[in-house]
Amino acid sequence: MSTDTVRRLRLPQLDATNGVWPALAVALIVGGTLVALDGGSLFTESSMISLLQRAAGLGIVAVGQTIAILAGSLDLSVAYVISLTSLVAAETMAGSDGMVLPAILAVLAVSAAIGLLNGLLITKLRINAFIATLGVGLLIKGYLEQGYAGPAGSVPTSFQHLGYDRLGPVPLSFLLFAAVAAAIWFTLRSTRYGHHLIATGGDLDVARLSGVRTDRVLIRTHVICSLCAGIAGLYLASRLGAGAPRVGAEGGYDLESIAAVVLGGTVLAGGRGGVTGTVGGVLLLAVIDGVFNQLEVDSFFKQMVRGVVIVAAVAVYALRLRRTSDRRKAAVA
Amino acid sequence: MSTDLATPTGSAPAVPSGLGGGGRSGWGPGSIRPVLIILVLLLIAVGIRQPDFYDPPVLLAFLKRAAPLIILAAGQYFVIVAGDFDLSVGSLVTAEVVIAARLIDGDPNATWPVIALLLGFGLLIGLVNGVVTTLLQVPSFITTLGMYLVLVGAVYTWTGGSPRGALSEEFRLFGRRGIDGVPVLGQLPYAVLVLAGVAVLAVLAMRSDFGKVLLAVGDNPRAARVTGARTARVRTIAFLASGLAAAVAAILLGGFGGVSFQVGQGLEFTAITAVVLGGVVLGGGRGSVAGAMLGALTLQTLLTLLNLLGVSGALSSAVQGLIILAAVAVGTLRRRT
Amino acid sequence: MRRSTPFLLAVCTAVAVGVVGCTSDVPGASPSAGPSGAGTGETSKFFVQADHDNELALRTKSATGPADKPWEQALDPKTVETAKYKKAGPYHLCFSNAGVGNPWRQVGFKNMQAEVKLHPEIKTFTVADAESKDDKQISDITDLLGKGCDALIVSPNTTATLTPAVEQACAKVPVIVFDRGVNTKCPVTFINPIGGYAFGATGAEFLVEKVKPKGKILALRILPGVDVLEARWGAAKVVFDKSDLDVVGVEFTDGDAAKTKTIVSNYIQRFGDIDGIWMDAGATAVAAAEAFEDAGKPFPAIVGEDQQDFLKMWQDKKLTAIAPTYPTYQWRTPVIAALKILNGEAVASPWKLPQPTITQDNLGQYVQADMPPLHYAMCGCATLPGYPKDWGGK
Repeated sequence: MSTDTVRRLRLPQLDATNGVWPALAVALIVGGTLVALDGGSLFTESSMISLLQRAAGLGIVAVGQTIAILAGSLDLSVAYVISLTSLVAAETMAGSDGMVLPAILAVLAVSAAIGLLNGLLITKLRINAFIATLGVGLLIKGYLEQGYAGPAGSVPTSFQHLGYDRLGPVPLSFLLFAAVAAAIWFTLRSTRYGHHLIATGGDLDVARLSGVRTDRVLIRTHVICSLCAGIAGLYLASRLGAGAPRVGAEGGYDLESIAAVVLGGTVLAGGRGGVTGTVGGVLLLAVIDGVFNQLEVDSFFKQMVRGVVIVAAVAVYALRLRRTSDRRKAAVA
Repeated sequence: MSTDLATPTGSAPAVPSGLGGGGRSGWGPGSIRPVLIILVLLLIAVGIRQPDFYDPPVLLAFLKRAAPLIILAAGQYFVIVAGDFDLSVGSLVTAEVVIAARLIDGDPNATWPVIALLLGFGLLIGLVNGVVTTLLQVPSFITTLGMYLVLVGAVYTWTGGSPRGALSEEFRLFGRRGIDGVPVLGQLPYAVLVLAGVAVLAVLAMRSDFGKVLLAVGDNPRAARVTGARTARVRTIAFLASGLAAAVAAILLGGFGGVSFQVGQGLEFTAITAVVLGGVVLGGGRGSVAGAMLGALTLQTLLTLLNLLGVSGALSSAVQGLIILAAVAVGTLRRRT
Repeated sequence: MRRSTPFLLAVCTAVAVGVVGCTSDVPGASPSAGPSGAGTGETSKFFVQADHDNELALRTKSATGPADKPWEQALDPKTVETAKYKKAGPYHLCFSNAGVGNPWRQVGFKNMQAEVKLHPEIKTFTVADAESKDDKQISDITDLLGKGCDALIVSPNTTATLTPAVEQACAKVPVIVFDRGVNTKCPVTFINPIGGYAFGATGAEFLVEKVKPKGKILALRILPGVDVLEARWGAAKVVFDKSDLDVVGVEFTDGDAAKTKTIVSNYIQRFGDIDGIWMDAGATAVAAAEAFEDAGKPFPAIVGEDQQDFLKMWQDKKLTAIAPTYPTYQWRTPVIAALKILNGEAVASPWKLPQPTITQDNLGQYVQADMPPLHYAMCGCATLPGYPKDWGGK
């Protein structure tokens, strides 16, 4: 087991993540064909733009969720963090250009504090991550319901550029997503924290025994995960022009971000997977969405297909993992 | 009483991370004592606020309303103690009620066949969850999340987005009525009888060999496999139990409240919360089914108390979150000292 | 150390109960301020007096338009010229829908689809369903604009957040907004019935009339923090505060029948009798009434909505009831308006639709035994193609 961990310490990116890219290619080809048969096109500029735009918000959250899951944890509070930070952003800005920077700092502070709380509950009070983040989510939900009846605050036009501008066909928000993903990818691959995170997710006890300060790693991971949700909240505030108390929950960012992460091949138990897979998972969900949108498929039917796709993808990954480990065993024998 | 059940049989040295030791102590994870104390305190508080709460008819009415959640918690317990999750129970409850309404369509003669069908459907969903989780090795969190999406989508697609048909009075009997004229008690609700039956069955199941293997599997699947337990079969049976419990809960809830799409909403999280509140450890291996059911009763009592105290709806979710965190933290703090 | 756990638990529970106790607004616990109708709590910060007064006044205005087609009527109309949008058919009509996640929106959307079928000049009708997600709806609108729509209908998921996207759309095509509004004047017209304040006040006034003085009222709300529902309760609160009724509780039901029934049963137990039930939406009205039946009590005066299950129970059990409505026939109007605009005809802007109330006198004409339990009677759909089958009827 310990040799395994050493290997993981050196090699954060693992085989299972690759499966999502062929799936994405298949989805694009099959989806594109279906839309073409229907008389439309999946690849027009406007539908590509809205596809990438939709990927951005979920993507930023999912990247944060990826490291939480990699560390063997998980964060169910992200949806409410998004709603809360969109409100913090819009209400601090209150339409004034001068307040953009303070608002961004406030959002980062609030989300980091929530992440810290999650991390402390999980490490110091040893509450299971599922319950800890669910409980924190409920707390934020109560606050939001008590305080808001609908969208509040407003962001200045200058800040709306984040949500509406684009470079050629690529929305600025998608670049933000790419930047966040790249930063986390780099962190995982090339920093000591990144390696410790993978080790912690692989086997907490072994990591601790080999000198990793797992509590600190987990807390830091939850702070980063919440920060990502906060950034998504900023993006949504700029997109919506206001803060929205229900945007996170209605968007289903909690479960959907987890779905995107596992679609990308990251193992739910932690320790295996990576950010690139998640990017693929997010894009795959966005393509499926885009195709169904073009075909005007009933949203409930779409939900069924999504459910099947997620389970099927993970089943395939599990099968591949087993095959690889069988082969490895065979090689040893 | 049944804490002894929580003692894992094949406890191997490699205890799952974060569990630590102390499972056998009266206060550690898996123990029902913390939840009992919370329950007693809450019951006292409710009694102070509403003195007639302990009149048998009032108490029975309370139990009747708590029955569906307690049954769901019992079902969820089997899954959790084996180390899995069942996130599909809420959508399964909704699906069952909507199916019942559409198939019965007000016809009393259809009641019993449809009830049989509902129980069968619950088992079927449990079987699919179990098989996908164990044979295809998809983590149960994902399997049942997928099942949740599929069930919600399927129900809406099948009904065209709005429930159709109606439940018969005969069907609603179980959730709504009771045996009248019982001395002292007044009306004895059928739901309470069903609950008693489920509770006895659940406790017996956990006292049987199956229960012991289930705990062992949850405690350490690898060790359990080595000792010859048929891990996959036992875990699948746990999902079957959860599906069946959801079907029974749906029959009671549909009977009590009638048809709606909201009936199962969020029940999966409530049930999991209840189980955890009852001292059962997520990740498996520790906790008793009695604890899980007491957890559900505690949660229901808490909601009643919040209601009696007039806490506004918005705050109640915050208070709920706080109490869950506090209860679980207290339960787990013991391990470190 | 072992002894400390019960202590800790006790502290925790006490703290929790303490937190809870502080915010109690049960009338017995802390007599709330305000006039005789105590127990309704503080006025919500979401209450807008001017809108409230305006809506209440609109209730008595008479509508112009064909008498048998309320969806074509307008209250107090001011019209706008639309000659600049005139265009020859056939048309491509687009619709950005907030979602179809509840029976009200289901019925409404079916009305709209059927209305489209009535007009052969609409060649294509493209719909994007935002699944109740604000950011998806914004993308949907951009997406639709790339498809060559001649006019765009928007049913916003939330008011403020859709404003930038709608402004973008206004620059390209005539836009018609309905149900919820947006914070911009750029759409050609905004269509909706009178609104939440009128809905809430009508029900509350009925209770004031039917329930004996000092009678106990229980107000049931779905959930806090939703603009339309806040408005309904806000107006009801004004009425109750002025009356001598005793509002013994304001509770949230989450729209869940079982929870509703539990809450109502608890109140019956605590107060012995409840004389009137006010609701901000009728989805769980039947469950609330059943709680009285199960407790062996007479039915109270009750405010519901136009769902078939409630209307049927009202008729069968001879309830003292009223059903304010937020008619789903408003989903027909945007299609009609779009065609008028593309035809260069003047349209009312804003287009206020009448908001009828179902009372004992007209109950008979709205009970339709063969429709599904959550079908909304005020759909104006009986003459549409595909009725009743497409709406789930027999």
